[in-house]
Parts: sequence; structure tokens; C-alpha cells
Amino acid sequence: MHGLINTSIQSFVMQVYGNAAWSEICLRADLGFDRFETMLTYDDGLTEAVIEAAVDVLGKDRGAILEDMGHHLVTNPASEPLRRLLRFGGENFADFLHSLDELHDRVRLALPDLELPRFDVREHAPGSFSLHFDWSASGLGQAVLGAIRAMADDYGTLAVLDYAPRGVHGESETITVSLLESHHAAGRDFALARAEP
Amino acid sequence: MAGDGAGAWDATTGPRLTLCGLDRLMPLHVWVGPTGHVQRVGPTLAKLRPGEGLAGRRLLEVFELRRPRGVHRFADLLGRDGAKLQLSFRAAPRTSLKGAFVRLADGQGALLDLSPGLSVTDTVARFGLTGSDFPPSDPTVEMLYLIEAQSAILAESRKLNHRLDEARLAAEREALTDTLTGLRNRRALEHLLERLTDAHLAEPFGLMHLDLDYFKQVNDSLGHAAGDHVLCHVAKVLGEETRRDDMVARIGGDEFVVICRRCDDPATLDRIARRIIARLEVPIPYAGHVCRVSASIGTAISSAYARPTSARMLRDADRALYASKDGGRARHTLFAVAKPGVAGRKTS
Repeated sequence: MHGLINTSIQSFVMQVYGNAAWSEICLRADLGFDRFETMLTYDDGLTEAVIEAAVDVLGKDRGAILEDMGHHLVTNPASEPLRRLLRFGGENFADFLHSLDELHDRVRLALPDLELPRFDVREHAPGSFSLHFDWSASGLGQAVLGAIRAMADDYGTLAVLDYAPRGVHGESETITVSLLESHHAAGRDFALARAEP
Repeated sequence: MAGDGAGAWDATTGPRLTLCGLDRLMPLHVWVGPTGHVQRVGPTLAKLRPGEGLAGRRLLEVFELRRPRGVHRFADLLGRDGAKLQLSFRAAPRTSLKGAFVRLADGQGALLDLSPGLSVTDTVARFGLTGSDFPPSDPTVEMLYLIEAQSAILAESRKLNHRLDEARLAAEREALTDTLTGLRNRRALEHLLERLTDAHLAEPFGLMHLDLDYFKQVNDSLGHAAGDHVLCHVAKVLGEETRRDDMVARIGGDEFVVICRRCDDPATLDRIARRIIARLEVPIPYAGHVCRVSASIGTAISSAYARPTSARMLRDADRALYASKDGGRARHTLFAVAKPGVAGRKTS
């Protein structure tokens, strides 16, 4: 797993639950270290061990933790670069959802070894979307839900989102999105390029 | 009405764009009439000159042409159909642009399709351009995305390099440091001796081998914590009695080596050694008790050897140290080397 994913989990736990909780998780996951590096690659088993340990230590279910983590990933000030990169997807939330179609390739351009899911985005009626993807191998699907929910807020859009895991007949993971109001609140600022400080 | 029917247009004249279509395909275009006056500019280009009407002005008054060079009249530019353009606004901000120059049919003048080129980040930031200011076929937004992604990644890599470098330095420091006293260790001493005995360097130095006297008694009567306290005190004294460039190393339980660099004067070395002994004999308070130790020192001087080696000098300093111990402790002995040259002369 790319270190970016592991450090996302790490900074989420440290910022929301504190350093002690993170140390405890590292201990239980038997990592042998307590800091992931963003730019290194780790064995997938480590990520799974950390998530399982987090479920025990934080006393929350896996889906809730992952969703909170995805949300935190977009909203915390330290990951402003990531939020900005996501905002390149489009000028409004609907455009952003459509841009998920090419998220995989877009990310590959920047970080060839970061394996993100491929999204199949369908718009069934204006404001009614379903996003199909398969990230079941990573077990991180609900983190995507949290991140997209945070992006809706970022655009100032009121939307209802639902997540369905991979089906028994091999149906891919699905997030359904219904846009209720596209200018519900003032979104956060985004300028395509920023003036040099 | 008659002209509206399908097939009524003439394919040989090419497609006829509406102005709105032109704006969407080339939002940074300039349409210049046959006289060289700007007819119209695309909506994004207009944003680069807020509050400034460009229409009606002479193209070459608005822009300074950097390429093609030597073109001063629009009539000359018209002869360069298909030319690659490099230009900038004459008035500040002098945003530079690149693009293509295409002559239009039927004496309609020419069309310039422009782009910010490498100044894209500045231009987009300065004028607050957004995705809709570029046609979907234009890779500008993707390029900005990539630039930003790469700089974020670069920043992360730099942080990682920095942390790795710090870890490397710390590991190196640790590998050369005696953890109890913070002095250098035997490894560090060997590194330095190797360098100092290098024939090319030929830097004279004195090597003192110091062994504490009565240290075992301190350990036995007051415990190891007291012993450690004494060792740290010794380290402090040795640091104070030597110069910055000199090296003090702890090479065993109560054994130390001091390298006095660029110093091979026996009298000076003897003075230093005696001062160290005197200071170490001052009782050391510890947890309501006093620890009393002293030191024996043996010294070897590099310039006494034709070709000094670290093994030889360490051995000789050690012999001198044992001479000090045998002589009743708390003293300093210089190892006397018979210089080969001198010895040779003696025998002849």
C-alpha cells in the first residue's frame, strides 16, 4: 500500500484521537515502528493490521472509522494540497462527480505507484448519480464515501450519499449521490492557480 | 430561406464558425481585420486586460511581437500565414503569450490563437481564471493540476530526505559516541588515528593513554551509579583541559585516550598530563559522599617515529602508562623511542 494511504490513517487518528491512541494502535498492529512515511510503499497487510487495531482501540466499527478518515482527509488543513487537487476535477460538485471517471488516470499521472480505484460514474437523472468502483481488495471503500461527502461540503452542495459494499454476485461497491441543493452553503475557496507568496 | 436547406453550403470554403463557437473553441483569440486593427478578442483574452477595450486598436500597438522578428507592419505579418507567434502586451502587466497566426479567407484579415505558454501559472493566478476560461480540449487545467501535484510530492520527498538525513547523522553520531559520557568511543578514535598517521598528512600529535587509579574502590564501596558519576566527571575535566580540536575518547571501563593535535612538545604534553592528574585528584562529591580517584598517564608522540602507526603508538602509550602505574600511580610517563636515524649514527 502506498505510504500516502497509511499516513492518512495515521494523521487522522493522531489529530482526532491523539498520539497515545496512535501509539497503542501501532503496538497492537505490531508494526515495529510508529510513523509511516508518505513517500514509501508498505506491505498491504500492515494497512489492514492498523485498521483492525484501530477498531479495537477506538471502539468504533470499521465503516465509521473509514468514513471519518476519508472526511478528515479532505477537510483537515494539513491536507489542503489534496483538497485542491480534487477541486481541479470541476467547477461544481456535479462536474466533480463526473471527473471521478478519470481520477484513476489523473492520479497515475502524478503518482504512478498510488493505486486508486477506477470509478464508473453514471448520472441517472439530473442530480442523481451512482458511482461504481471496486476497491474491495483494499477494504477501504467507506473512506471514499467520507471523502466525497466532504467534497460536497467543500463545494457548498447539499447532497445525500449512501454506500453499498461489494455484492455477493460480484456487483461493485456503489455510492449513490442525490444532489438536493447545489448552492446550499458557501463552499470553500478554490483558485485554479495561486499567486506566488 | 432558400439558403437554410441542407447541402446549400459550399464545402470548399470550409466550416463557418459563429462568433459564439469561435469563443468556445479559442477563448484567447484575436481577430484582426485586413487593416491590422483588432476586430474582436476572445472572452479569456479580454479577462487579461480588464477594463481595457482592445477592439479598434492596432494589433502591433497592443502587442510587441518577439517572433517572428523584424515584422513591423501588419501587412508584412499577413504574408506569414501559419507563423508561430511570441508576443507580449506593450502596456503593463506585460503578460507574454504564444500562439499561431492564420490568415483568413476572403480578405477577412487574420486570426491569432494565443496561449499563456509557460507563464500559465502566473497568468491564471493573476487574473483569477477558472476551468471554464479554457476549452475542454485545452490541457491547461490538467497542466496546472500536474504542476501542483508534482510540487506537493516534491515537498513530501524533501521532508522525507530531511528526516532520513537527520536519522543518518544521529546514527553516525551514536556509532562514534560513548553513550555514558558523551565522549568519542574507540571507533571514533581509530578513525582519527588512521587519518593522523596517514603519511600524506604528517600532522604531529601526542597520544595520551589515561587509566583511572582507585576507580574500582569507588565502584565497590559506593556502587556503579557513583562509578558512572565519576566517569562523567572525568569526561568533563578532560574536555576542559584539552582544546577544541583535540579528541577525548573513552575506550574501556575507566580507560581514556586524549589526542593532542599539532602538539609534539614533550614539555607541553607533560604539563597537560600533570594538570589533568591534579584536577582528577580533587575529591568528587556524590550523594553525600566523596569519591577519590587519581590517574596514571602514558604518552606517545608521533614525531618520535619515522613512520608512526596507530597500533604502535597505542601500544607504546600503553607501555608508558604501565610504567606510571608501576612507578606508584598518579604520574605521567613519556614513551621514549630510539629514533632509527639517531640509533644508526650511534652504532656506526
